[in-house]
Amino acid sequence: MYTQGLDQAGKGGPDTREAESRAQLDAFQARIDAEEKIEAKDWMPEAYRRTLIRQISQHAHSEIIGMQPEGNWLTRAPTMKRKAILLAKVQDEAGHGLYLYSAAETLGVSRDEMVGDLLSGKAKYSSIFNYPTLTWADIGAIGWLVDGAAIMNQIPLCRCSYGPYSRAMIRVCKEESFHQRQGYELMLTLCRGTDEQKAMAQDALNRFWWPALMMFGPNDAASSHSAQSMAWKIKRFSNDELRQKFIDVTVPQAEFLGLSVPDAALWFNENTEHYEHSDIDWQEFFDVISGNGPCNRQRLAKRRKAHDDGAWVREAARAYADKKAAAEAAA
Amino acid sequence: MSSDATLASYASRLGDNALILGQRMIELVAASPELEEELANANFSLDYIGQARMYYTYAGEREGAGRDEDDFAFLRPEHDYKNLLLVEQPNGHYGDSTVRQFLFESWYVLLLEALTRCSDEGISIIAARAIKEVRYHLRHSSQWLVRLGDGTEESHARVKASLDDLWRYTGEMFAPDDLDDEMRAVFNGPHLEVIETQWRENVAAVLAEATLDMPDDQWMASGGKQGQHSEHMGFLLAEMQHLQRAYPGATW
Ligand SMILES: [Fe+2]
Ligand SMILES: [Fe+2]
Ligand SMILES: [Fe+2]
Repeated sequence: MYTQGLDQAGKGGPDTREAESRAQLDAFQARIDAEEKIEAKDWMPEAYRRTLIRQISQHAHSEIIGMQPEGNWLTRAPTMKRKAILLAKVQDEAGHGLYLYSAAETLGVSRDEMVGDLLSGKAKYSSIFNYPTLTWADIGAIGWLVDGAAIMNQIPLCRCSYGPYSRAMIRVCKEESFHQRQGYELMLTLCRGTDEQKAMAQDALNRFWWPALMMFGPNDAASSHSAQSMAWKIKRFSNDELRQKFIDVTVPQAEFLGLSVPDAALWFNENTEHYEHSDIDWQEFFDVISGNGPCNRQRLAKRRKAHDDGAWVREAARAYADKKAAAEAAA
Repeated sequence: MSSDATLASYASRLGDNALILGQRMIELVAASPELEEELANANFSLDYIGQARMYYTYAGEREGAGRDEDDFAFLRPEHDYKNLLLVEQPNGHYGDSTVRQFLFESWYVLLLEALTRCSDEGISIIAARAIKEVRYHLRHSSQWLVRLGDGTEESHARVKASLDDLWRYTGEMFAPDDLDDEMRAVFNGPHLEVIETQWRENVAAVLAEATLDMPDDQWMASGGKQGQHSEHMGFLLAEMQHLQRAYPGATW
């Protein structure tokens, strides 16, 4: 079983895996090039497996941590309909997390290990969820911009070479695009509302615009994992390509809302038919990624507290299941 | 009371139970002991919010004064909410919230069963929809009560204390007031004494499986059904009503 193989390799024990021969690697790449899907039981290079584990588990963690900024407004949602929509969305995100952890588990890592890495701070999650939700409009901005950016990232992942991940993404993308539309509709309602509501919407866009652009990751030149991921067809487009697509789609949406994008240098280049924008504050991005965002500590503390508070409950469930199993064995 | 007024008040009270319990459960989002429970909690609270919407909308129709679900949910003073004290109790730890859900759902499922047979079609249709959801919730809370009761020494002790603390809020469920009497007399509504007998039987069976003793009958708290709440209620409403109160008349 590759689960045990991985554990041994991870702990520095004897590596029982076959060496990766040139022939194997070539055959693997040929399958990728032929757009065949790689399945859990297929042979794959160790680096491919590790790349996917890192990416899928980060994605799963992001879904789970992402419940917090939105959960922050659940008790204060202004109407019953909005409360129900937001609750359904947060439930979807929990489902995405569960679904993605399962996809990662097919690669021979357990959910406990992945969650352990999240709680210890070893694993990363999307930087966007380390920003606070300060007003109700932030819920709209998150749906519109954050789910919108997530879709840009994830639609190409529906064609990812790894079968379980690509299938997970197909399901997840449908729900994310639903979230995006609901978020935009929320913004539209605010923008057609009172002056105070419109100001709330503008303020949310001001705060979430740049962090949303950062969701696509560093510039291509600075992105360490990109080339190999492209060759393996885990990634189909570069960070900058996806970011540009997002900007091109989103700026007209902001205009339709009557909101201004907080970038004085933004302009539409008729020749390239793309928007040109100011430089991103990469210092902020690296700060947030490395733990120094407005909410990093708060998000992890809440996750840890839930985990710690639940320890006696999980223990009870295990003890009960053991008793039942023992009783059944004795019967 | 006119029959429309009876139905409006009764539906609104059902809505209050569903909304306030749903609101408490929403506070637990991102705080569950495991991911599967996170999903269950979100799913079940969404059911309660959905039920509250149906009850309030119906109450508004019967009342005929133009109030919609949001007027009921967000724009009434505390004394107008007639939910049981049990559902407004804070979440506490997982044992506390499990016991709260279990005690309430054991009662609510019986109440809904009776309401599916009431002579008002509006209420009976909502009850028929809600009961499918609540049966499932009750199965879930019962299973957790058994796991915690018959799990470890620690979980047993904790959940036993939760049960002893919350038992005092069960008396109110079975004490008929004028509205209950009228609902029963005019619309063949629930007979709370019959429900109490069934409830005791069902609860006793689950408690036995959970190796928990049924608490002794003690002093029972009451007042929720008359709009006299615990201190917790004001904070719950302040948080829930915040935007509607801060921006009167805005559309969201
Ligand atoms: Fe998601
Ligand atoms: Fe996502
Ligand atoms: Fe989403």
